[in-house]
Amino acid sequence: MAPRPAVQAIGERHRNWRRIQDRLAAGWMRLAVASVNSIALLVGLGLLFKSWPILAQNSLVHLLVSSDWHPMKGSFGFYAFIIGTLEVTAIAMLLAVPVCILSAIYLSEYAPSHIRELVGPVIDLLAGIPSVVYGLWGVIVVVPAVRALGKALGVATTGYSLLSGGIILAIMVFPIIISVSAEVLHAVPWEARETALALGATRWETVKHVVLRSGLRGILAAIVLGFARASGETMAVLMVVGNVAKVPSSLFAPAYPLPALIANNYGEMMSIPLYDSALLLAALVLLLVIAALNLAARLTLRQIERGYEQ
Amino acid sequence: MPHIRLRNLRIAYASEEALHGINVDIPDGQITVVIGPSGCGKTTLLKSLNRLLDLYEEVRVQGEVLIDGVNIYDPKADVLALRKKVGFLPQRPYPLPMSIYDNTAFGPRIHGMNGAQILQQVEDLQKNGLVAGLPPPGERLAARANSNAEMDLLVEYYLRLAGLWDEVKDRLHTPASKLSVGQQQRLALARALAVEPDVILADEPTSALDPISAKLIEKQFQLLKRRYTIVVVTHILRQARRIADYVIFLYLGELVEHGPAQQVLGSPLDERTRAYVSGEIS
Amino acid sequence: MRWRKCEEAIFKVLMVLSLGLVLACLAGIVIVVVARGAAALNWQLLTQTPKGGYYLGKEGGIANAIVGSFWLALGATLLSLLLSLPLAFALQREYTKQRTAGVTRMVLDVLWGTPSIVFGAFGFVLMQYLRMRASLLGGILTLTLVMLPIMTRAMDEVIRMVPLELKEISYAAGATTIETTLAVVFRQALPGIITAVMLAFGRGIGDAASILFTAGYTDYLPRSLLDPVASLPLAIFFQISTPIREVQQRAYAAALVLLIIVLVVSLGSRLLSRRFSRHILR
Repeated sequence: MAPRPAVQAIGERHRNWRRIQDRLAAGWMRLAVASVNSIALLVGLGLLFKSWPILAQNSLVHLLVSSDWHPMKGSFGFYAFIIGTLEVTAIAMLLAVPVCILSAIYLSEYAPSHIRELVGPVIDLLAGIPSVVYGLWGVIVVVPAVRALGKALGVATTGYSLLSGGIILAIMVFPIIISVSAEVLHAVPWEARETALALGATRWETVKHVVLRSGLRGILAAIVLGFARASGETMAVLMVVGNVAKVPSSLFAPAYPLPALIANNYGEMMSIPLYDSALLLAALVLLLVIAALNLAARLTLRQIERGYEQ
Repeated sequence: MPHIRLRNLRIAYASEEALHGINVDIPDGQITVVIGPSGCGKTTLLKSLNRLLDLYEEVRVQGEVLIDGVNIYDPKADVLALRKKVGFLPQRPYPLPMSIYDNTAFGPRIHGMNGAQILQQVEDLQKNGLVAGLPPPGERLAARANSNAEMDLLVEYYLRLAGLWDEVKDRLHTPASKLSVGQQQRLALARALAVEPDVILADEPTSALDPISAKLIEKQFQLLKRRYTIVVVTHILRQARRIADYVIFLYLGELVEHGPAQQVLGSPLDERTRAYVSGEIS
Repeated sequence: MRWRKCEEAIFKVLMVLSLGLVLACLAGIVIVVVARGAAALNWQLLTQTPKGGYYLGKEGGIANAIVGSFWLALGATLLSLLLSLPLAFALQREYTKQRTAGVTRMVLDVLWGTPSIVFGAFGFVLMQYLRMRASLLGGILTLTLVMLPIMTRAMDEVIRMVPLELKEISYAAGATTIETTLAVVFRQALPGIITAVMLAFGRGIGDAASILFTAGYTDYLPRSLLDPVASLPLAIFFQISTPIREVQQRAYAAALVLLIIVLVVSLGSRLLSRRFSRHILR
């Protein structure tokens, strides 16, 4: 064997220096991981800490179920706001889900690839429009439209209503439901479709019986994600929903969802006793419920992904 | 004395044992080919020689792999130096996401070779007749003004050694991802050689290539075995017959038989070897 | 058979109509904002800050909001980047056991889905505790909370796509983990990383709920981190609620400016990421 250069003997010091760099970098990374987890914990604990005073004085059940909201008199019943949030989100989902699922099916199963490629960025754009701009548009277009609709149906309304909130929210959740659903459907293995088609099913029947069935869990997860997104939405809804602290009597009546409550009243938070604690409790409840919904949906989606990888 | 000796090497993935007690000496300056049906531990064996298995969380290694008398699995072992000594050619010749030049220069740059060390390395190559027909490196350096002259020279030499220079000399700074698969594998060879390893490991190096590129790689191996110990894993028996000097036959994680190529491939001692070599089992 | 085809035809029409509805909504929003905003947009509006009587319809512009928004978003993007990039790298198997990584990804999912009003409320509480007034700094810190999960998640997705075999090549050459992460993973994921940063920037500049309590509002350009700062989303929000026509017009103009910024950022991210994908493997 020909003699080798002595190059390899040198370089030990350089290697040690590189190892030190490596270890420092690893430390920085671990710090980043710890920081993020700590921040999340901090947010939760901070809100809990600030909500404590009001929880100490009223039972949680009472707070959730009472519709008596008179901060100045010291009574904090969140019922109207909770119902407001649930109803406006439910309306949004009713409007959005059929549209989104049909669109997702089209994009995943029927659309030629150039349409898919064109529509993708367009839907991303929809997702990127800031909340206040949606709100502005809502004020200019949706509120008058709802007012007109009310008039046509013989209902007196300013337009600032549950329905307006629902419409705006529906549009805002289009992107997330469509994109996640389309991905879920697209991920259904080709063989499953082949089997049905080979038996003589039409494309639509394949979709109905095979693709949708396999993708059902994923689509449900997409809907839950949409629901979570809609219930946390603040600015756009705030601008069109009327903000009256009563349980809405009809679609055309105003509502007052929880996020709007928090956003509207922080100014007076400090002047009335326990008001800040109440609002932060609202924030905490929002955080916990939305976090739970998101986690459930995301875990389901990851499970599905892993299922296909095997 | 052989560079590489395996002593009682046992490797397990999670709860399943992949290699059961391997004992073998890999001869110096020859092409050793590891053959056997797929899933029998060939790649595991190969990757254990440069501790690439460290990357996998669930792997447990027992026993010793001695390279030049030092057990590479000793906790105090220098893995970075090991990987300089033992080069690796993967099955899919992924080029690194950089230019052809940067791909080749990657190893030397990582290991921090300075100009003088590079020059010495290149001169050594020239002396050993591996790259024929070029003027001495010293002369060529003097002719160039730029500060990267040594690295330019190194890149050229190793691309020549891998048989790729003529095809890429005009586009050294273009993305390596634009090369054909055969060219990418030769680039991988140049990249592996550029740190002057003692050993080259190749995991099914031609399985992704067309026949012409495959032939080129095999030709380079024959040329390189004068200077490097080469260990090749392959499932193509014909390839083994073409290039092997020494053969190791693995079956279901067990080292069934090993020895000079003529013996193992021509008149195997073990029944299982005979069955595999004659094509009965694959 | 005819009924089956008929059913398919009906649903196809419904599907196209649905998609059309979605696209029409987008078009509707953009058209209305552009139409109303363009009518009110002029050079003074963009370059002047509010003068006396501005909120009653007199002289001035939204320059305070434009500049303020940029400072807020820029500051938050930089701060996020400082944590996001190491975090996204840290989720690779070389740095974190995949189980811990899974938990961290769940935490990130929760943070990603948290409404920005919650971050705003928390930010407000924290600032009270630290006796900070509503300011540019407060806004940046809160906005960072909003941006961090968005940026990290997007980065994590691209970094996970870098194949293990590619990293193996770098390790086999003797590179350390950080060297591989920077020279190979970062390079390969760069287009996606750029997109992630710009995506977060785009979301951050439009967010109102988080800075509602924490950034304050002012008619002046920010002179220091501790001054309150105006922002486009809040400019829109505050000015739409007045009954005075001129002031409402300015809200439309501000909305148009914001929309244009978001559009430019989105397009720019596509262009930039394409520019940086010269060397990556597909």
